[in-house]
Amino acid sequence: MTRSGSFNVAARLRRALGAVVGLLAFGVAVNASADQLSEDLAGLASKDAADVSRAIIKAANRGDARALPALHALDDGKLRFDTVKHLLIKADTGKLSDALTGAAANAQGKLEEPASDNEVRRALSPALASLSLSAPDPKTRLAAARSLGRPSDEIVPILRKLKTKESDADVKMALALALAPADMVSPKPADRVRALEAIRTASDATFKGDVERLLLKGEDGKFVEPDASVRAAASAAISAIETRQFLINSVANTFYGLSLGSVLILCALGLAITFGLMRVINMAHGEMMMIGAYTSFVVQNFFIAHLASHLDWYIAVAVPAAFAVSGAVGVLMERTVIRHLYGRPLETLLATWGISLLLIQTVRLIFGAQNVTVANPSWLSGGVEILPEVVLTYSRLAVIAFSIVVMLFVWALMQKTRLGLEVRAVTQNREMAAAMGISTRRVDMWTFGIGSGVAGLGGVALSQLSNVGPELGQGYIVDSFMVVVLGGVGKLAGTIVGGLGLGLVNKYLEPVAGAVLGKICILGFIIVFIQRRPQGIFALKGRAAEGM
Amino acid sequence: MLEVEGLNQFYGETHVLWNMALSVPEGSCTVLMGRNGVGKTTLLKTVMGNLRTRSGKIKFLGEDLASRPAELRARKGIGFVPQGREVFGQLSVGENLRVGLGVTGEKNVPERIFKLFPVLKSMLLRRGGDLSGGQQQQLAIGRALTLHPKLLILDEPTEGIQPNIVSEIADILIELNQKEKLTILLVEQKLTFARRVGQRFVIMDRGRSVAQGDMPELNDELVARYLTV
Amino acid sequence: MTAEPAVGLKALHSRRGWIGVGAATLIVGVIVPLLSVAVPASSPLHVPDYLVALLGKFLCYGIVALAIDLIWGFTGILSLGHGVFFALGGYAMGMYLMLSIGAQGVYKSVLPDFMVFLDWKELPWFWRGFDNLSVALAAALLVPGLLAFAFGYFAFRSRIRGVYFSIITQALTYALMLLFFRNETGFGGNNGLTDFKSLYGYDLHEPSTKVALYVLSALGLLLTYLLCRFIVTSKAGRVLRAIRDVESRAMFVGFNPTSYKLFAWTLSAILCGLAGALYVPQVGIINPGEMQPANSIEMAIWVAVGGRATLFGAILGAFLVNGMRSFFTAAMPNAWLYILGSLFIAVTLFFPDGVAGALGRLKRKS
Repeated sequence: MTRSGSFNVAARLRRALGAVVGLLAFGVAVNASADQLSEDLAGLASKDAADVSRAIIKAANRGDARALPALHALDDGKLRFDTVKHLLIKADTGKLSDALTGAAANAQGKLEEPASDNEVRRALSPALASLSLSAPDPKTRLAAARSLGRPSDEIVPILRKLKTKESDADVKMALALALAPADMVSPKPADRVRALEAIRTASDATFKGDVERLLLKGEDGKFVEPDASVRAAASAAISAIETRQFLINSVANTFYGLSLGSVLILCALGLAITFGLMRVINMAHGEMMMIGAYTSFVVQNFFIAHLASHLDWYIAVAVPAAFAVSGAVGVLMERTVIRHLYGRPLETLLATWGISLLLIQTVRLIFGAQNVTVANPSWLSGGVEILPEVVLTYSRLAVIAFSIVVMLFVWALMQKTRLGLEVRAVTQNREMAAAMGISTRRVDMWTFGIGSGVAGLGGVALSQLSNVGPELGQGYIVDSFMVVVLGGVGKLAGTIVGGLGLGLVNKYLEPVAGAVLGKICILGFIIVFIQRRPQGIFALKGRAAEGM
Repeated sequence: MLEVEGLNQFYGETHVLWNMALSVPEGSCTVLMGRNGVGKTTLLKTVMGNLRTRSGKIKFLGEDLASRPAELRARKGIGFVPQGREVFGQLSVGENLRVGLGVTGEKNVPERIFKLFPVLKSMLLRRGGDLSGGQQQQLAIGRALTLHPKLLILDEPTEGIQPNIVSEIADILIELNQKEKLTILLVEQKLTFARRVGQRFVIMDRGRSVAQGDMPELNDELVARYLTV
Repeated sequence: MTAEPAVGLKALHSRRGWIGVGAATLIVGVIVPLLSVAVPASSPLHVPDYLVALLGKFLCYGIVALAIDLIWGFTGILSLGHGVFFALGGYAMGMYLMLSIGAQGVYKSVLPDFMVFLDWKELPWFWRGFDNLSVALAAALLVPGLLAFAFGYFAFRSRIRGVYFSIITQALTYALMLLFFRNETGFGGNNGLTDFKSLYGYDLHEPSTKVALYVLSALGLLLTYLLCRFIVTSKAGRVLRAIRDVESRAMFVGFNPTSYKLFAWTLSAILCGLAGALYVPQVGIINPGEMQPANSIEMAIWVAVGGRATLFGAILGAFLVNGMRSFFTAAMPNAWLYILGSLFIAVTLFFPDGVAGALGRLKRKS
């Protein structure tokens, strides 16, 4: 709502600013009686912008924070007044409350909205700032100080005054930070130093550009910033900012690396079981993971169609389903193809590659070639913010926790159950295990099924983190093999360490070298590493070691 | 108890067992003897199902096991102690002993095995591969016994074992055979051990059975012809 | 896989074998191009242009198949990453062709289009010299060769073999594929090098050029075949086969398996580079997709389908599988992957000798 005539606006503007600046020289935290307050605010009940502005200035001058609800309401367009000039706040629900007390109230007569044009708003923002910043509760003040952002020139002097009177250290710091942009361009070096000090203490990265500018050299070869002490303060500020950035990045990277590593571990764990224990190279292993992910998708859709009210619990069904489906496909593969190729690892490699082609194409035909999304259940959305810029998403935390659970499950299976004992016996000495009555065929089948099932669980985990497509497995197969080889073939614990390590290293290299280059470095490293420390490879026992 | 008939075995194209026949009467302790390379271990491997045979019968308690899966032997009651012990190196002693429980369905390792081999009880958590040769041999025999076998087959159980343990093993085998009526088939090179433990002997030469009889019939002439170099 | 296919080497030594080679060379190398060039388009005997290009491609694949048979069929090393050598050879030729475009590209600059697009001001150092055909050809052979040599040196020296070797070859091609996908690497990123106009002055779109390239490819295949045959029937070939069958025994007899393996491996890579260099002018494009692991794995299947350790089986397999691919991807695209996947399974489970082996068995029965 603009007023006619720029002359009016300019005059009113000057008046408003001058009034605010001047009046606040009186100091702020002055408690006035409620009567005085309502007297000041009476002017708000007007359709005349000048009245409203005056009322605002008076309230700001009064320094009584109880005026805040009314002023906020005015700012939000929720302030009303009735025929007896009673100030009321209208909530979204339509309920009315007294602007000063907050008590429920009724309108007498028609409700009108106070004038609210640009001039009013220009008076409002400094008033709101100064009032919030003089609220008795330090938390309110802190919140207000933090939300100042880069304050406009009108507010700066207010802030300076407020800062000198401020008792709470955090609020003071926040105010100093808010004043920093203004101080940085002050002609006095001392001011600039003070600004940089504030920035350094806060280590706020949003100022990084401005600070760096101070250290640039102009066209004449001289520093943009003439004062050496200021330059020193600037350097200190930059290193503080960079340290903080590094810390944040490290935490974020560690977290992402852990979650990435978790998925990789699940995939690699399954491979360690089938490859490490059975010496079977299964090129379709990645597809086991993919099938697990798609099973999640199918279960989710089923819930959406038939059990929509319990949608959040689709995960509880998806997990065992994925294990079962992937495990079943694995067992099928073992029974029909792989069983006939024991002792011929290269052939197994090619045959399972063929199977993977079949699986991918089948999935493509059923679900389409595009990626599908599996939504997180609502209790996995969101996250916990441990640092201002680092949010640990619940979904990633859940994936990490899930992986740990699965690892424990596999460990328990291997160490504590009958089947696990038989698997380990068959792995170490097949013939002797048979001589002890163990059905090696059955154990092979179960081992393969479990390995594939664990990969399926990896697929469920992955579905929570990213999109799912038919070629999902291809991206993990090379990495999984690397993890198993790195960790030492046949050693599940090594697989876990390897997977974690690879996930972390991947993530750490990413910002340095870019995701692609990072991957290349890792692959290159592994190629060299294998050359230097091939023990894991030589630990191979049995016919598979040399066979074609 | 065990009747091997017309067994032929090949390594590639090399014919190593020629219509091999062997008879192990119930309750006896039969010793299979012969020089190195005559096919003793091959015969045992074939009997145990580790090597597939093209022709011949392996009758155990009247049932032909020749073309059946290897794991059936243990289920039917044959316990095997192979050459070199072949304990499960990465499994603990306790786990080694428990491997066979899947066949018998028992929950725990029978106490009598610990009575026979007390040293095993003191080493339950030790890894199989960390045991000494003699201890491993005891473990291997104990492991086979968990199956409650009717026939115990041992392949050169004294090889590389210190003499006092050899003596212990001899005593245990005698006790198992005499007191518990366990039929034993034993492959053995050491003449003294064979004579002490065995009741019957069978001699192999070049893949065939060339002599058999009761142990007292094993005279120097046979020994000189077939068992010495 | 230790049994020697009965049809293999005997066939290579026999007179029948030589007659077969001669006949094939005649048909492929002489008659087909004649039918394409000399016979008018209206005649049913005319070999259409697209077929010439297709067969030319297949001939290059045949060279690759021979290279793979050399190290797999005869030396027992399964490589799942040979596509990388093929692609590198292709890139070398592609760079030459790129620079041959001169100022006729979209941006009318001396620099290749993609460099202009990326705002580069000058040719990177590793592109220098590729405006010369000899340099490009040398690079097509040497770059894969050197890479193979270095890789093989480290791998064989540490006695990496069997499936582990196969897996790291896959990692190698995967890593290089990722590298070439990046624009910054300087080879055109994921678009690769394309839009070629001429080779040594000859317009690539002219039918006569295509036929000439076809003949060159046929010549390349023939020479590769002769070379491989020579090696395989020589004493070195016997050592290779010994390494394939029982490496430890070969070692005990006194041969150094590492040098023999390295030799075969490096030669194999060079041959793939040659194939790539002949391939790229005929298809008109080279991009990092050529380095994807799936391509390399499929190359192995060509040899398996045709019959390992027979040489001609490799060529046969290359033609068969790629012929099927061309047919099915046009006629029944969704079915192709099923067919290919089933091929993998069927060949390993039921036909380890491949087509050549099956033919051999038929011959023996009759």
